[in-house]
Amino acid sequence: MSLTGAPSQRDQRADSPARVDGFAKITGSALYVDDLPCAGGLFGATVRTAMAGGILQEVIFDPAMDWSDFVIVTAKDIPGVNAVKLLENDQVVLVERTFRHAGEAVVLLAHADREVLGTALKRVSLVEQPNPDPIFDIDEALQAEREIIPGNLYTDYLLNRGDLAEGERRAEVVIEECLRTPAQEQLYIEPQGMLARVQANGDILIEGSLQCPYYVLDALVQCLGMDKNHLRVVQSTTGGAFGGKEDYPSMIACHAALLALKAGGRPVKLIYTRGEDLRVTPKRHPSRTLIRLGANKAGALQFIDMDFAIDGGAYRTLSPVVLSRGVIHAPGPYKCPNIRVRGRAVATNHPPFGAFRGFGAPQSIFAMEVAMDRLAKKLGMDPAELRRKNLLRSGDVSATGEVVGADCFAHATLDVALERTHYHQRLAEYKTWNAAGHPTRKGIGLATFAHGAGFTGNGELHLASRVSLQVLAHGHVEILCSNTEMGQGAATTLVQIAAEALGLPMDSVYLAQTDTSRVPNSGPTVASRTCMVVGDLIQKAAERLLRRLREAADLPASYDAQDFAAACGRLHAAKGDALVTAHYHPPAGMLWDEQTFWGRAYASYAWATYIAAVEVDVLTLETRVLDFTAVQEIGKAVHPVIVQGQIEGGVAQGLGFALYEEVLWNARGVMANDRLTNYIIPTSADLGDIHVVLLEGGLGAGPKGAKGVGELPMDGPAPAVVNAIQQALDIDICQIPVLPEYLLERCAVKPPAQGMLTVRREY
Amino acid sequence: MPTTMRINGKAFQSSSAPTARLLDVLRNDCNLKGTKEGCGEGECGACAVLVNGKLVNSCLVPLGQMERAEITTVEGLPEDSALARAFVRCGATQCGICTPGMMLAATALLAEHAHPTLEEIRWGLSGNLCRCTGYGRIYAAIAQAAGGPADV
Repeated sequence: MSLTGAPSQRDQRADSPARVDGFAKITGSALYVDDLPCAGGLFGATVRTAMAGGILQEVIFDPAMDWSDFVIVTAKDIPGVNAVKLLENDQVVLVERTFRHAGEAVVLLAHADREVLGTALKRVSLVEQPNPDPIFDIDEALQAEREIIPGNLYTDYLLNRGDLAEGERRAEVVIEECLRTPAQEQLYIEPQGMLARVQANGDILIEGSLQCPYYVLDALVQCLGMDKNHLRVVQSTTGGAFGGKEDYPSMIACHAALLALKAGGRPVKLIYTRGEDLRVTPKRHPSRTLIRLGANKAGALQFIDMDFAIDGGAYRTLSPVVLSRGVIHAPGPYKCPNIRVRGRAVATNHPPFGAFRGFGAPQSIFAMEVAMDRLAKKLGMDPAELRRKNLLRSGDVSATGEVVGADCFAHATLDVALERTHYHQRLAEYKTWNAAGHPTRKGIGLATFAHGAGFTGNGELHLASRVSLQVLAHGHVEILCSNTEMGQGAATTLVQIAAEALGLPMDSVYLAQTDTSRVPNSGPTVASRTCMVVGDLIQKAAERLLRRLREAADLPASYDAQDFAAACGRLHAAKGDALVTAHYHPPAGMLWDEQTFWGRAYASYAWATYIAAVEVDVLTLETRVLDFTAVQEIGKAVHPVIVQGQIEGGVAQGLGFALYEEVLWNARGVMANDRLTNYIIPTSADLGDIHVVLLEGGLGAGPKGAKGVGELPMDGPAPAVVNAIQQALDIDICQIPVLPEYLLERCAVKPPAQGMLTVRREY
Repeated sequence: MPTTMRINGKAFQSSSAPTARLLDVLRNDCNLKGTKEGCGEGECGACAVLVNGKLVNSCLVPLGQMERAEITTVEGLPEDSALARAFVRCGATQCGICTPGMMLAATALLAEHAHPTLEEIRWGLSGNLCRCTGYGRIYAAIAQAAGGPADV
């Protein structure tokens, strides 16, 4: 970091070694769960409820079908507890009698022939007595007489700072809005799946596509009633996850294991089709935010008042933690003396919503950032200027009562983003363009935000992560941790951190396969925590290992790979196994009160300003993103190419959220557009240029000052794009995705007399 | 009647039904697991292969149409090519599930345009979905493999 406190910008391609998983992936030799050998195995499938909750009265197996060569599992075959282990034991593994949503598993079938299995699925009928009035809407759930759970409320949080009434008295300009974000599908290209085998000694081995092997292990322990020493969970190459493989793999693993237990020693592969995956696995929580902002005439925020509610679906699953992150991020990176955020996660009869990159923050940040533009408009102030007046600086007090330290670069990201995009110049150009009656309108919009990395509050303390380094006799080192490579580059980044800390070339360090029989629990691979929290543990373990090699095996103060190998050999000869372990300790000042939302919520925040330039066709009302600029301060980019890929990919998902991705629900609360034909994610032809600027202040809690980066890019695109479209068309937008149909309802702009219409007549 | 074709340069005869999907023949009969199923309806391109040099989604192709066809899967591409090296170096692969299809799409594109423009790359990949990268690093890899700057 320079003396002035401005973070440095550097060449994004320096220090970026080849990905350790690159060769296997480009040659097609990496084995995903559906590719794993399964000789003599069976395929599994799931019979599910059709109604949006109700009572299961009977299961009828077609007597015309010969069921003798099928493995059939129902709830009564569960040896342990019939509940998927997570925050609360409210979600059943298999429905016995009551159920809450369409798509709950009732019967599991396995057969050697996939086609026969497909036929059999249709020969199992469920007699369901449906709920008379299922609930699918957030406000309906809050007001409904019918209760899915008491009050239809999973969680009710309140973040309260200062005095809202005082803020209202001081405010000279006030805006009020209701803003909504929809469900969003993670759409990892590899559908979910698991392979289960009962081994000769009766132990069970589960292999599959997953983010959190210890979540799966804990779920198996509970459901199967087995000791964890007789269960083994191994991650296969995972074809994308984005949060979507955080909790649901536990369900599929339980199902596959139950089938395998009855399959007479034959392995069972349970792979979801795309449609099944879309219909039943968790998506991003839909949200509804009532927001009021007040400022004085100079634009200084006087109060922020938000009622933030998310649809948790039919079971609690991860909703409380999604909500808490959403609440903490809701007031944005702004200084405001009076803040009230009420957050509620409500129960509906949708399938449960779950983790998706950003985890509640993209929803509440969307509301705050769109509202900021509304406030700017009412103040007659440039949106960038309004943000500049209110962005946090070191020494300010954050919404959670934390005094912001030196690691605050909100202003730097705004300055760089405005300069890089020639924001003010383009603002003027677009104004001229829009006044000239062209067949398109253009706009440039921004969002400023911060994203906290790691588990919220005391979460990391509760996780108590452990990482080990194992010295191999020939001088190689193996990293043992439970964090998974799912495309984000963790395998490469963690090896890079270890190699650097040990002073070894990267090919001397391996990341052990994620196998719960070998690796300690270093926590789940979520919350932008892997590089920052686990990377830091790896660095600490490396320091410990070097100390041991110096003390017990005469590793010289200055050494090369050969000296290192020799010392490893001596350590092995003297002590046998050579394993060091590092345990998590919270950073100094990491105090958090979960009741009052008071204290330091995250070890580090990354800061960002995202700017979108858009063009809207006045005739078709289609929006095209001309270019997108993502400026973020991330502490330190351990592997700049991987970081750039994370940000570009996150921005693309955010642009999909803003413009294309719409989950349509049928009358039973199931995703109706359950195909890639009609759930639209961005293709290469849809996306404009994405410019990534990395700023490094070097003050994050991770190795060399790195901060978590994975989720950050999901937060900014939707509000930046919406703000740009609002400016282009001079309208107010209250929801995403901004489809042409929505604009048609809102839009006062009429196609010009000439232009596209004239061209059409000439055909 | 069995179907005779050449897969990655080797003769192969399949006695599966003519309605069998080429995808299943490749994965199950030939054990070529590099060809992936992402959607099963020709939208994602994870199962893309080259048939007589043309990029097709193998989940939509019935075996019966493959008589005497020349099929290339990711396993038939050279392991060490300018394209392969560029994909690894530029960060063009993340989770990797779309990568075999992307490699074949890139191969087809470069066969048609030895020095593609960014627009040609965009259109060349538009039938292959990637959820991880936002496509930027893939553009860079293809441009670099074509001898251009990686900085597109």
